[in-house]
Amino acid sequence: MELRVTNLACARGGVPLIAGLSFAVTGGEALVLRGPNGSGKTTLLRTLAGLQPALSGEISCPPEQMAYAAHADGLKSTLTVTENLGFWAAIHGQGGVSEAMAAMNLTELAERQAQNLSAGQKRRLGLARLLVTGRWLWVLDEPTVSLDADSVALFGAVVRAHLATGGAALLATHIDLGLPEARVLDLAPYKAAVTALPAGFDEAFL
Amino acid sequence: MIALLVRDLRLAVRAGGGFGLGLGFFLILVVLVPLGVGPDPAVLGVIAPGILWVGALLASLLSLDRLFALDHEDGSLDLLATSPIPMEAVVAVKALAHWLTTGVPLVLAAPVLAILLNLPGPAYGTLVLSLGLGTPALSMIGAFGAALVVGLKRGGLLMSLLVLPLYVPTLVFGAQAVARAAQDLAPDTPLLLLAGITAGSVGLLPFAAAFALRINLR
Repeated sequence: MELRVTNLACARGGVPLIAGLSFAVTGGEALVLRGPNGSGKTTLLRTLAGLQPALSGEISCPPEQMAYAAHADGLKSTLTVTENLGFWAAIHGQGGVSEAMAAMNLTELAERQAQNLSAGQKRRLGLARLLVTGRWLWVLDEPTVSLDADSVALFGAVVRAHLATGGAALLATHIDLGLPEARVLDLAPYKAAVTALPAGFDEAFL
Repeated sequence: MIALLVRDLRLAVRAGGGFGLGLGFFLILVVLVPLGVGPDPAVLGVIAPGILWVGALLASLLSLDRLFALDHEDGSLDLLATSPIPMEAVVAVKALAHWLTTGVPLVLAAPVLAILLNLPGPAYGTLVLSLGLGTPALSMIGAFGAALVVGLKRGGLLMSLLVLPLYVPTLVFGAQAVARAAQDLAPDTPLLLLAGITAGSVGLLPFAAAFALRINLR
Protein backbone atom coordinates (compact mmCIF):
# COMPACT_ATOMS: atom_id res chain seq x y z
CA MET A 1 0.00 0.00 0.00
CA GLU A 2 1.39 3.33 -0.99
CA LEU A 3 0.37 6.93 -1.29
CA ARG A 4 2.19 8.61 -4.15
CA VAL A 5 1.67 12.31 -4.77
CA THR A 6 2.98 13.65 -8.05
CA ASN A 7 3.46 17.30 -8.95
CA LEU A 8 0.53 18.37 -6.77
CA ALA A 9 -0.72 21.95 -6.61
CA CYS A 10 -3.46 23.07 -4.28
CA ALA A 11 -5.15 26.33 -3.37
CA ARG A 12 -7.16 27.82 -0.56
CA GLY A 13 -9.83 30.41 -1.27
CA GLY A 14 -8.65 30.61 -4.88
CA VAL A 15 -5.05 31.46 -3.92
CA PRO A 16 -2.48 28.80 -4.87
CA LEU A 17 -0.41 27.79 -1.83
CA ILE A 18 1.52 24.71 -2.87
CA ALA A 19 2.90 23.81 -6.29
CA GLY A 20 5.06 21.04 -7.66
CA LEU A 21 4.87 18.86 -4.57
CA SER A 22 5.83 15.19 -4.97
CA PHE A 23 6.32 12.62 -2.23
CA ALA A 24 5.45 9.03 -1.36
CA VAL A 25 4.42 7.27 1.82
CA THR A 26 4.33 3.48 2.04
CA GLY A 27 2.88 1.17 4.67
CA GLY A 28 4.79 1.25 7.95
CA GLU A 29 6.03 4.78 7.35
CA ALA A 30 5.27 8.10 9.00
CA LEU A 31 5.80 11.41 7.26
CA VAL A 32 5.82 14.65 9.22
CA LEU A 33 4.91 17.83 7.36
CA ARG A 34 6.63 20.98 8.52
CA GLY A 35 6.19 24.53 7.41
CA PRO A 36 5.40 27.97 8.82
CA ASN A 37 1.81 29.02 9.48
CA GLY A 38 -0.06 29.57 6.25
CA SER A 39 2.30 27.41 4.22
CA GLY A 40 -0.59 25.14 3.20
CA LYS A 41 -0.32 22.14 5.53
CA THR A 42 -4.04 22.01 6.25
CA THR A 43 -4.89 22.71 2.61
CA LEU A 44 -2.66 19.85 1.51
CA LEU A 45 -4.24 17.44 3.99
CA ARG A 46 -7.78 18.49 3.02
CA THR A 47 -6.90 17.99 -0.63
CA LEU A 48 -5.54 14.51 0.07
CA ALA A 49 -8.66 13.65 2.10
CA GLY A 50 -10.83 14.58 -0.88
CA LEU A 51 -12.51 17.57 0.76
CA GLN A 52 -11.31 19.94 -1.93
CA PRO A 53 -10.05 19.37 -5.46
CA ALA A 54 -6.38 19.68 -6.37
CA LEU A 55 -5.45 22.37 -8.90
CA SER A 56 -3.24 19.91 -10.73
CA GLY A 57 -1.19 16.81 -10.10
CA GLU A 58 -2.01 13.26 -9.12
CA ILE A 59 -2.81 11.50 -5.87
CA SER A 60 -2.46 7.74 -6.23
CA CYS A 61 -4.59 6.78 -3.25
CA PRO A 62 -8.37 7.40 -3.15
CA PRO A 63 -9.76 9.32 -0.13
CA GLU A 64 -11.70 6.19 0.87
CA GLN A 65 -8.47 4.71 2.22
CA MET A 66 -7.63 7.67 4.45
CA ALA A 67 -8.75 8.54 7.95
CA TYR A 68 -8.72 12.33 8.24
CA ALA A 69 -8.48 14.14 11.57
CA ALA A 70 -8.86 17.90 11.47
CA HIS A 71 -8.46 20.67 14.03
CA ALA A 72 -12.06 20.05 15.12
CA ASP A 73 -12.75 16.68 16.67
CA GLY A 74 -16.29 16.18 15.37
CA LEU A 75 -17.68 15.42 18.84
CA LYS A 76 -21.27 15.91 19.93
CA SER A 77 -21.29 17.59 23.32
CA THR A 78 -24.45 15.87 24.63
CA LEU A 79 -23.31 12.36 23.71
CA THR A 80 -21.09 10.32 26.00
CA VAL A 81 -17.57 9.20 25.11
CA THR A 82 -18.84 5.71 24.27
CA GLU A 83 -21.70 7.06 22.13
CA ASN A 84 -19.44 9.41 20.20
CA LEU A 85 -16.91 6.71 19.46
CA GLY A 86 -19.58 4.07 18.81
CA PHE A 87 -21.16 6.35 16.21
CA TRP A 88 -17.97 6.66 14.19
CA ALA A 89 -17.30 2.93 14.55
CA ALA A 90 -20.78 2.18 13.17
CA ILE A 91 -20.35 4.69 10.33
CA HIS A 92 -17.16 2.90 9.29
CA GLY A 93 -18.65 -0.53 9.90
CA GLN A 94 -16.03 -1.40 12.50
CA GLY A 95 -15.96 -2.61 16.09
CA GLY A 96 -13.22 -2.17 18.64
CA VAL A 97 -14.71 0.77 20.55
CA SER A 98 -13.50 -0.44 23.96
CA GLU A 99 -10.03 -1.23 22.61
CA ALA A 100 -9.80 2.27 21.10
CA MET A 101 -10.87 3.81 24.42
CA ALA A 102 -8.29 1.76 26.27
CA ALA A 103 -5.56 2.76 23.80
CA MET A 104 -6.22 6.46 24.32
CA ASN A 105 -6.73 6.13 28.10
CA LEU A 106 -10.44 7.00 27.95
CA THR A 107 -11.96 3.96 29.66
CA GLU A 108 -12.57 5.80 32.93
CA LEU A 109 -14.42 8.55 31.06
CA ALA A 110 -16.63 6.16 29.07
CA GLU A 111 -19.96 7.40 30.42
CA ARG A 112 -19.07 11.08 30.61
CA GLN A 113 -20.67 13.52 28.18
CA ALA A 114 -18.26 15.13 25.75
CA GLN A 115 -19.21 18.63 26.99
CA ASN A 116 -17.77 17.73 30.42
CA LEU A 117 -14.38 16.69 29.05
CA SER A 118 -11.30 18.89 29.17
CA ALA A 119 -9.76 20.10 25.92
CA GLY A 120 -7.06 17.44 26.08
CA GLN A 121 -9.57 14.69 26.84
CA LYS A 122 -11.67 15.78 23.85
CA ARG A 123 -8.59 15.64 21.69
CA ARG A 124 -7.83 12.11 22.90
CA LEU A 125 -11.39 11.09 22.06
CA GLY A 126 -11.04 12.68 18.62
CA LEU A 127 -7.84 10.72 18.03
CA ALA A 128 -9.38 7.48 19.33
CA ARG A 129 -11.78 7.81 16.37
CA LEU A 130 -8.87 6.97 14.05
CA LEU A 131 -8.65 3.51 15.60
CA VAL A 132 -12.27 2.68 14.73
CA THR A 133 -12.07 3.79 11.08
CA GLY A 134 -10.14 0.69 9.99
CA ARG A 135 -8.23 2.71 7.36
CA TRP A 136 -4.53 2.27 6.70
CA LEU A 137 -3.49 5.86 6.03
CA TRP A 138 -3.97 8.41 8.80
CA VAL A 139 -4.01 12.03 7.66
CA LEU A 140 -3.59 14.13 10.80
CA ASP A 141 -3.71 17.89 11.14
CA GLU A 142 -1.94 19.09 14.32
CA PRO A 143 -3.00 15.98 16.28
CA THR A 144 -1.23 16.96 19.51
CA VAL A 145 -2.88 20.34 20.11
CA SER A 146 -3.85 20.65 23.82
CA LEU A 147 -2.40 17.24 24.73
CA ASP A 148 -0.12 16.99 27.79
CA ALA A 149 3.30 15.35 27.60
CA ASP A 150 2.03 11.93 28.75
CA SER A 151 -0.79 11.97 26.20
CA VAL A 152 1.60 12.95 23.42
CA ALA A 153 3.73 9.93 24.32
CA LEU A 154 0.58 7.78 24.47
CA PHE A 155 -0.47 8.98 21.04
CA GLY A 156 3.05 8.43 19.69
CA ALA A 157 2.77 4.83 20.85
CA VAL A 158 -0.62 4.47 19.17
CA VAL A 159 0.80 5.79 15.89
CA ARG A 160 3.76 3.43 16.17
CA ALA A 161 1.41 0.47 16.76
CA HIS A 162 -0.55 1.54 13.67
CA LEU A 163 2.65 1.67 11.61
CA ALA A 164 3.62 -1.77 12.90
CA THR A 165 0.42 -3.23 11.44
CA GLY A 166 1.34 -1.90 7.99
CA GLY A 167 -0.46 1.43 8.31
CA ALA A 168 0.97 4.81 7.47
CA ALA A 169 0.59 8.29 8.88
CA LEU A 170 0.90 11.75 7.42
CA LEU A 171 1.17 14.32 10.21
CA ALA A 172 1.26 18.08 10.16
CA THR A 173 2.82 18.90 13.50
CA HIS A 174 5.44 21.04 15.17
CA ILE A 175 5.79 18.83 18.23
CA ASP A 176 8.15 15.88 18.52
CA LEU A 177 5.91 12.83 18.78
CA GLY A 178 8.69 10.51 19.86
CA LEU A 179 8.81 8.97 16.40
CA PRO A 180 12.50 9.26 15.46
CA GLU A 181 11.92 7.02 12.44
CA ALA A 182 9.47 9.48 10.89
CA ARG A 183 10.67 11.32 7.81
CA VAL A 184 10.24 15.08 7.73
CA LEU A 185 9.00 16.96 4.69
CA ASP A 186 9.43 20.73 4.71
CA LEU A 187 6.76 22.44 2.64
CA ALA A 188 8.57 25.78 2.37
CA PRO A 189 10.35 24.96 -0.96
CA TYR A 190 7.02 24.13 -2.58
CA LYS A 191 5.41 27.48 -1.96
CA ALA A 192 3.42 28.53 -4.99
CA ALA A 193 4.16 31.82 -6.66
CA VAL A 194 1.22 34.16 -6.24
CA THR A 195 -0.43 34.29 -9.62
CA ALA A 196 -3.81 35.12 -11.06
CA LEU A 197 -6.69 32.92 -9.96
CA PRO A 198 -6.21 29.78 -12.02
CA ALA A 199 -9.81 28.62 -12.26
CA GLY A 200 -11.15 32.03 -13.12
CA PHE A 201 -12.83 34.66 -11.05
CA ASP A 202 -15.71 32.44 -9.90
CA GLU A 203 -13.52 30.06 -7.94
CA ALA A 204 -13.33 32.40 -4.95
CA PHE A 205 -17.11 32.19 -4.62
CA LEU A 206 -17.49 28.43 -4.93
CA MET B 1 -26.76 5.13 7.96
CA ILE B 2 -28.94 3.83 10.78
CA ALA B 3 -26.17 4.94 13.15
CA LEU B 4 -26.48 8.49 11.78
CA LEU B 5 -30.28 8.43 12.17
CA VAL B 6 -29.99 7.14 15.74
CA ARG B 7 -27.38 9.77 16.56
CA ASP B 8 -29.49 12.62 15.18
CA LEU B 9 -32.63 11.43 17.00
CA ARG B 10 -30.64 11.06 20.21
CA LEU B 11 -29.16 14.55 19.83
CA ALA B 12 -32.63 15.97 19.21
CA VAL B 13 -34.12 14.60 22.42
CA ARG B 14 -31.11 15.42 24.63
CA ALA B 15 -30.88 18.80 26.34
CA GLY B 16 -30.63 21.67 23.86
CA GLY B 17 -31.50 19.46 20.91
CA GLY B 18 -34.56 21.46 19.96
CA PHE B 19 -37.00 18.55 19.83
CA GLY B 20 -39.91 20.57 21.22
CA LEU B 21 -39.06 23.80 19.40
CA GLY B 22 -41.26 23.33 16.33
CA LEU B 23 -44.10 21.83 18.28
CA GLY B 24 -43.99 24.64 20.85
CA PHE B 25 -44.05 27.28 18.12
CA PHE B 26 -47.01 25.55 16.43
CA LEU B 27 -48.89 25.39 19.73
CA ILE B 28 -48.25 29.07 20.50
CA LEU B 29 -49.34 30.19 17.02
CA VAL B 30 -52.56 28.19 17.03
CA VAL B 31 -53.46 29.34 20.54
CA LEU B 32 -52.76 33.00 19.77
CA VAL B 33 -54.63 33.24 16.45
CA PRO B 34 -58.15 32.94 17.97
CA LEU B 35 -57.17 35.57 20.55
CA GLY B 36 -56.06 37.92 17.80
CA VAL B 37 -58.79 37.25 15.25
CA GLY B 38 -61.66 37.06 17.72
CA PRO B 39 -63.84 34.20 18.88
CA ASP B 40 -66.28 34.05 15.92
CA PRO B 41 -66.45 30.30 15.06
CA ALA B 42 -67.43 30.92 11.42
CA VAL B 43 -64.40 33.14 10.76
CA LEU B 44 -62.05 30.73 12.54
CA GLY B 45 -63.42 27.77 10.58
CA VAL B 46 -62.68 29.54 7.30
CA ILE B 47 -59.09 30.50 8.15
CA ALA B 48 -58.25 27.29 10.05
CA PRO B 49 -56.76 25.30 7.12
CA GLY B 50 -54.46 28.13 6.14
CA ILE B 51 -53.38 28.92 9.71
CA LEU B 52 -52.65 25.27 10.47
CA TRP B 53 -50.57 24.83 7.33
CA VAL B 54 -48.68 28.13 7.71
CA GLY B 55 -48.02 27.23 11.34
CA ALA B 56 -46.70 23.79 10.42
CA LEU B 57 -44.51 25.29 7.68
CA LEU B 58 -42.95 27.95 9.91
CA ALA B 59 -42.50 25.49 12.78
CA SER B 60 -40.68 23.17 10.41
CA LEU B 61 -38.50 26.03 9.13
CA LEU B 62 -37.59 27.12 12.65
CA SER B 63 -35.28 24.20 13.42
CA LEU B 64 -33.87 23.73 9.92
CA ASP B 65 -31.05 26.28 9.82
CA ARG B 66 -29.06 24.27 12.38
CA LEU B 67 -29.45 21.01 10.42
CA PHE B 68 -25.96 21.08 8.89
CA ALA B 69 -24.55 24.16 10.65
CA LEU B 70 -23.99 22.31 13.94
CA ASP B 71 -22.20 19.44 12.21
CA HIS B 72 -20.12 21.96 10.29
CA GLU B 73 -19.10 23.88 13.41
CA ASP B 74 -17.91 20.86 15.39
CA GLY B 75 -16.12 19.37 12.39
CA SER B 76 -18.25 16.25 12.05
CA LEU B 77 -19.47 17.30 8.58
CA ASP B 78 -15.87 17.13 7.30
CA LEU B 79 -15.48 13.72 8.89
CA LEU B 80 -18.80 12.50 7.48
CA ALA B 81 -17.69 13.69 4.05
CA THR B 82 -14.60 11.48 4.33
CA SER B 83 -16.59 8.53 5.73
CA PRO B 84 -17.82 5.59 3.61
CA ILE B 85 -21.38 6.99 3.59
CA PRO B 86 -22.20 8.99 0.45
CA MET B 87 -23.09 12.63 1.04
CA GLU B 88 -26.48 12.09 -0.60
CA ALA B 89 -27.33 9.51 2.06
CA VAL B 90 -26.11 11.84 4.81
CA VAL B 91 -28.51 14.53 3.54
CA ALA B 92 -31.43 12.12 3.19
CA VAL B 93 -30.90 10.61 6.64
CA LYS B 94 -30.56 13.99 8.32
CA ALA B 95 -33.73 15.21 6.59
CA LEU B 96 -35.50 12.03 7.73
CA ALA B 97 -34.33 12.63 11.31
CA HIS B 98 -35.60 16.22 11.07
CA TRP B 99 -38.97 14.99 9.82
CA LEU B 100 -39.25 12.39 12.60
CA THR B 101 -38.48 14.97 15.29
CA THR B 102 -40.40 17.92 13.83
CA GLY B 103 -42.81 16.79 11.11
CA VAL B 104 -44.35 13.77 12.82
CA PRO B 105 -45.12 15.60 16.11
CA LEU B 106 -46.77 18.38 14.05
CA VAL B 107 -48.92 15.85 12.17
CA LEU B 108 -50.00 14.24 15.43
CA ALA B 109 -50.67 17.54 17.21
CA ALA B 110 -52.51 19.22 14.33
CA PRO B 111 -55.95 17.52 14.79
CA VAL B 112 -55.94 18.38 18.50
CA LEU B 113 -55.00 22.00 17.87
CA ALA B 114 -57.48 22.23 14.98
CA ILE B 115 -60.28 22.07 17.56
CA LEU B 116 -59.09 25.44 18.88
CA LEU B 117 -59.58 26.89 15.39
CA ASN B 118 -63.02 25.28 14.91
CA LEU B 119 -61.93 23.34 11.83
CA PRO B 120 -65.08 21.81 10.24
CA GLY B 121 -65.58 18.11 11.09
CA PRO B 122 -65.03 16.47 7.69
CA ALA B 123 -61.59 18.08 7.28
CA TYR B 124 -59.78 16.37 10.17
CA GLY B 125 -58.80 13.26 8.22
CA THR B 126 -57.60 15.36 5.28
CA LEU B 127 -55.64 17.63 7.63
CA VAL B 128 -53.66 14.70 9.02
CA LEU B 129 -53.25 13.16 5.58
CA SER B 130 -52.12 16.40 3.91
CA LEU B 131 -49.62 17.19 6.66
CA GLY B 132 -48.39 13.60 6.59
CA LEU B 133 -47.85 13.87 2.84
CA GLY B 134 -46.48 17.43 2.85
CA THR B 135 -44.16 17.67 5.86
CA PRO B 136 -41.51 15.31 4.37
CA ALA B 137 -41.23 17.77 1.48
CA LEU B 138 -40.83 20.64 3.97
CA SER B 139 -37.95 18.82 5.70
CA MET B 140 -36.28 17.84 2.43
CA ILE B 141 -36.55 21.28 0.78
CA GLY B 142 -35.34 22.84 4.03
CA ALA B 143 -32.36 20.47 4.13
CA PHE B 144 -31.44 21.67 0.65
CA GLY B 145 -31.65 25.28 1.83
CA ALA B 146 -29.57 24.48 4.91
CA ALA B 147 -26.95 22.79 2.71
CA LEU B 148 -26.69 25.92 0.55
CA VAL B 149 -25.85 28.20 3.49
CA VAL B 150 -23.87 25.77 5.63
CA GLY B 151 -20.61 27.71 5.79
CA LEU B 152 -22.18 31.08 6.51
CA LYS B 153 -22.46 32.67 9.91
CA ARG B 154 -26.07 33.52 10.67
CA GLY B 155 -27.17 31.67 7.55
CA GLY B 156 -30.69 31.27 8.92
CA LEU B 157 -32.04 34.47 7.39
CA LEU B 158 -30.64 33.73 3.95
CA MET B 159 -31.90 30.17 4.19
CA SER B 160 -35.43 31.35 4.99
CA LEU B 161 -35.39 33.69 2.00
CA LEU B 162 -34.12 30.90 -0.27
CA VAL B 163 -36.47 28.25 1.03
CA LEU B 164 -39.76 30.14 1.42
CA PRO B 165 -40.45 30.43 -2.35
CA LEU B 166 -39.77 26.71 -2.68
CA TYR B 167 -42.26 26.06 0.13
CA VAL B 168 -45.08 27.91 -1.66
CA PRO B 169 -46.43 25.00 -3.79
CA THR B 170 -46.46 22.68 -0.79
CA LEU B 171 -48.31 25.28 1.25
CA VAL B 172 -50.82 26.08 -1.48
CA PHE B 173 -51.77 22.49 -2.22
CA GLY B 174 -51.71 21.41 1.43
CA ALA B 175 -53.93 24.22 2.63
CA GLN B 176 -56.15 23.85 -0.44
CA ALA B 177 -56.73 20.15 0.29
CA VAL B 178 -57.84 20.91 3.84
CA ALA B 179 -59.97 23.86 2.73
CA ARG B 180 -61.75 21.76 0.11
CA ALA B 181 -62.41 19.00 2.64
CA ALA B 182 -63.80 21.63 5.03
CA GLN B 183 -66.32 22.63 2.34
CA ASP B 184 -67.27 18.98 1.70
CA LEU B 185 -65.49 18.98 -1.67
CA ALA B 186 -63.20 16.19 -2.85
CA PRO B 187 -59.57 16.98 -1.80
CA ASP B 188 -58.01 14.35 -4.08
CA THR B 189 -56.37 16.61 -6.67
CA PRO B 190 -54.39 18.83 -4.28
CA LEU B 191 -53.46 15.77 -2.22
CA LEU B 192 -52.08 14.03 -5.30
CA LEU B 193 -50.11 17.14 -6.27
CA LEU B 194 -48.80 17.33 -2.71
CA ALA B 195 -47.69 13.70 -2.89
CA GLY B 196 -45.99 14.48 -6.20
CA ILE B 197 -44.06 17.40 -4.68
CA THR B 198 -42.91 15.19 -1.81
CA ALA B 199 -41.88 12.35 -4.11
CA GLY B 200 -40.01 14.75 -6.38
CA SER B 201 -38.17 16.56 -3.60
CA VAL B 202 -37.25 13.36 -1.74
CA GLY B 203 -36.00 11.85 -5.00
CA LEU B 204 -34.02 14.79 -6.37
CA LEU B 205 -33.02 17.18 -3.61
CA PRO B 206 -30.58 14.89 -1.75
CA PHE B 207 -28.37 15.02 -4.85
CA ALA B 208 -28.61 18.80 -5.14
CA ALA B 209 -28.01 19.26 -1.40
CA ALA B 210 -25.01 16.90 -1.41
CA PHE B 211 -23.52 18.87 -4.30
CA ALA B 212 -24.02 22.14 -2.41
CA LEU B 213 -22.43 20.65 0.72
CA ARG B 214 -19.37 19.45 -1.15
CA ILE B 215 -18.84 22.92 -2.61
CA ASN B 216 -19.31 24.56 0.78
CA LEU B 217 -16.77 22.25 2.42
CA ARG B 218 -13.95 23.29 0.10
